[in-house]
Amino acid sequence: MRALVPILVALAIMGAVTGVAVLMLVLLGQDWADVLLWLFAAVMIGSALLVVTMRDIIRCGLAMIVCFGALAGIYVILGAPLLAATQVIVYIGAISVLILFAIMLTQTKDAPRVLVFQTQSAGAAVAAIIIAVIIALAVTATDWPEVVGGTWLDTATLSEVLFNEYVLAFEVVGVLLLAAVVGGVFLAKREPGGPS
Amino acid sequence: MSQSLDAYLILSGILFAIGTFGFLARRNAISMLMSIELMLNAVNLAIIAFAAFGAFGGSPAEISRGSVIALMVISVAAAEATVGLAIIIAIYRNRRTPLVDEYDAMRQ
Repeated sequence: MRALVPILVALAIMGAVTGVAVLMLVLLGQDWADVLLWLFAAVMIGSALLVVTMRDIIRCGLAMIVCFGALAGIYVILGAPLLAATQVIVYIGAISVLILFAIMLTQTKDAPRVLVFQTQSAGAAVAAIIIAVIIALAVTATDWPEVVGGTWLDTATLSEVLFNEYVLAFEVVGVLLLAAVVGGVFLAKREPGGPS
Repeated sequence: MSQSLDAYLILSGILFAIGTFGFLARRNAISMLMSIELMLNAVNLAIIAFAAFGAFGGSPAEISRGSVIALMVISVAAAEATVGLAIIIAIYRNRRTPLVDEYDAMRQ
């Protein structure tokens, strides 16, 4: 019975989210892109807050996966489907799994019970709020040129740009990834006779 | 709402601020790494929003420049996560704790 509680909570949250979406769509008369943007933005900000505030770090990792998934949805709304696919494959598929494995390797038994935040967390919160307010003020005070967004980006066009104009950057990123793999293996390798 | 650049940029700013808070406030080294990933994603969102609304130009080839830059950022983030997690695991093997405020060997 206790195992059913998280499933029921998840179902309730999903039902509430769908209800809000239908309400916005039917009653307020907004179009699909707006409703989806509101939903993805709410999920993204909410799960990002969970990532930085939750006590159990493995749940922080799972909330981070939700945050990246919502961000992939926002990329689709912005008309960049290849980037959304890359976000799902690289961030959710690779980086999150890597982080979850590192959490499992470095988890101590009393970790959820010890203090989660540093002593300067109040100052950090003030600094973060100031950053958000300054960015919001700067964005709203600037007059952006009126260009209608929502152009659906063609993957063939993107590949032509990537492999003609930016082919040097592409190759350099390949070398960087090779160096990162070699460096990661070297750093995480156990030395013979060293601490286990 | 979805047709205004302001909404996406403010969203990106909020995500960046949350990442900053997590980086400054958390004690666990892996939590700090996750906060860095949040900040990188916020910057990616800003780049894609600017490109989609024509900051690099209006033609499809110019819009796709933003996606190319974001793909580079994602690759560098993957490399950074690999090396960062390897460093954390190497430190954990020596110090037996993932909490950054107990890494005080160079202070004494």
